Amino acid sequence: MRLPVTLIRHSLLAGISGLPLIVAAAPGAHAAGMPQLDFKNPLVTGQVIWGGIIFLFFYLALRGWALPRVETVLKNRNERITGDLDQAHAAKVEADKAVRELNETKKAAAAQAQAHLDSVLEQERVSAAQRLAEMNAKLEAEIASAEAGVAAERKRALESLRPIACDVAESLVQRITGNAPDRAAVEAAVAKVAGAGVSGQPAAV
Amino acid sequence: MASGSSIDVLGQFELHPVLGGLGEAVRLSQSPVYMVIACALVLAFLFYGMKPAAVVPGRLQAAAEICYEFVRNLAVDTIGPEGTTFFPFIFALFFFILAGNYLGLIPHSFTFTSHIAVTFALAIMVFVISIIVSLKVQGFKFFAHFMPAGAPVALAPLLVPIEILSFLSRPVSLSIRLFANMVAGHVMFDIFASFVIMLAGLGFIGDVLAVGPIVINIALIGLELLVGVLQAYVFAILTCIYLREAVAH
Repeated sequence: MRLPVTLIRHSLLAGISGLPLIVAAAPGAHAAGMPQLDFKNPLVTGQVIWGGIIFLFFYLALRGWALPRVETVLKNRNERITGDLDQAHAAKVEADKAVRELNETKKAAAAQAQAHLDSVLEQERVSAAQRLAEMNAKLEAEIASAEAGVAAERKRALESLRPIACDVAESLVQRITGNAPDRAAVEAAVAKVAGAGVSGQPAAV
Repeated sequence: MASGSSIDVLGQFELHPVLGGLGEAVRLSQSPVYMVIACALVLAFLFYGMKPAAVVPGRLQAAAEICYEFVRNLAVDTIGPEGTTFFPFIFALFFFILAGNYLGLIPHSFTFTSHIAVTFALAIMVFVISIIVSLKVQGFKFFAHFMPAGAPVALAPLLVPIEILSFLSRPVSLSIRLFANMVAGHVMFDIFASFVIMLAGLGFIGDVLAVGPIVINIALIGLELLVGVLQAYVFAILTCIYLREAVAH
């Protein structure tokens, strides 16, 4: 890319530089002699001195005054652009930080809520289990007392059964034999039967 | 410009003393006056251009900034980091020549860059500065440039004189290139303008034919605007190249 540009530039220069030679060779150009080559004329050489002074002042004015002014403006602009970019960058960092904080807060709140929920559920579960246990204990106690009641009732019923059996046996014996049996013997016989078993045919008396 | 049938194309380059006898005594011709005008125009352009010093530049400020950055890039890209030191010099050189070339395109004005004394003085200034910078930066290693690196030593008797000759021819080519381009352009303007006057003497047909040279002169103005900036650019970039060689380690 660099070579063709240089080539074009050089050929362009060569072409333009060749032009004056053609013109300079044209008739008429030499007719009066070139005023530029008349070095005996003090005005021709005077240009060099004046030109030197003017160029020096021009250079000093540019270096000391005109160019620094341009430089200052360009520098200020660059600084401003860089400053604005920095500011925008800082704002972005700030915004990112805020978003991150927001997310963290959200996450923390969610975790807290979950923990709260878990603890409430746990508490509820524990209290339910406790209530269940209490209920069971109460029910068992009731069952036990009911069983005890039943057992006592049964015992009482069984106990009240014997005198009746004795009376029935006594009256049976009296009806059959006509004699009142010995109460003690009847009781012994009933006790014997009762001891043999409640079920089945009663043993022969 | 035209007296009778002869064409005086070189009269435009003649120097005349200004301010009468005083000007003659201090060798002040119109040429230095145009130099002052050229420098003043450049400084005024920069002054009024940068006066708003706005962050968002207007047209004139943008133009001034473009000129600044163009020459600065030219100097820094060609010379290297040291280019910033030489930038004001390159800027002065470029705009001194450019303003001189363009000022000369105004009818009845004077082109100081069409004087070999002026262009040669500028070229010698560049030449001397580049030698001083070379000696300052490289010391006596500067003279090693006259023997191309890698060339066989046996060729030294041939190469060294060639290199010295090409080195010494720098200010000559630099000054003649600018001088000849400016002279050629202005001579052509004068020749074609004279054709118009000569054709005018031929009556009606001449008046019609005279349109030709006028059209050519208009085209030449375009060409000279190109040449004017191109020659200033060439002068500046060659100066940069010489200075790069001078600061190269």
